[in-house]
Amino acid sequence: MRVRYFAWLKQRTGCAEEELDLPADVLTVADLIGHLGARHPRFAEAAAGRGVVRCAIDQQHVERDALLAGAREVAFFPPVTGG
Amino acid sequence: MIRVQAGLFDVGAEIARFTAGRTDIGAVASFTGLVRDRHNGETVSAMTLEHYPGMTEAELERIESEARTRWPLDDCLVIHRYGRMLPGEPIVLVLTASAHRAAAFEACAFLMDWLKTKAPFWKLEETPEGERWVEARGSDDEAAARWES
Repeated sequence: MRVRYFAWLKQRTGCAEEELDLPADVLTVADLIGHLGARHPRFAEAAAGRGVVRCAIDQQHVERDALLAGAREVAFFPPVTGG
Repeated sequence: MIRVQAGLFDVGAEIARFTAGRTDIGAVASFTGLVRDRHNGETVSAMTLEHYPGMTEAELERIESEARTRWPLDDCLVIHRYGRMLPGEPIVLVLTASAHRAAAFEACAFLMDWLKTKAPFWKLEETPEGERWVEARGSDDEAAARWES
């Protein structure tokens, strides 16, 4: 699965994207955040704040209880600031 | 219709093209968002908009299609730029066309409110203190929430 990071989250992970093989017990976005947090402590720190890290699966906004099954690309980003 | 582009656009030319050859449209509402040279009391010399190519277009299309289900629109155009831009330059344009003004005004406001909270863009400002990412505003969430049905 490809995981992508946007805006200042890239500075927290040190990369814009990475390819990962996930352990079988990583089922939801919340699980994935926990898994990624072990690799990137500063990402974990950001994700612990309420509403600070948002997620999309295959380019659709999702909440943290969303299931990862079948996902090709998961993205993490701060609240959007366009317009 | 959705356009995501790095280049500048001309608001007047876009409105002219939007209504060219149409005699059924009675009202066009437009919103143009511009880069400001100040934010939270600090000077902003330039701004870079990062986005999520692919999701940006998909999300804008979802927002446009939601507007079309809520109001009787004859047409709709959203242009959003990405990349580096200078104060005074346009960032975003929303045009809505309808037979009457209420639908055009409301749909235009709705499109901007939803775009501001859903379209995956992030602003990086250049200030004398260095670069800083713009933080989302709670008032934008409140503005978007008024359209929840």
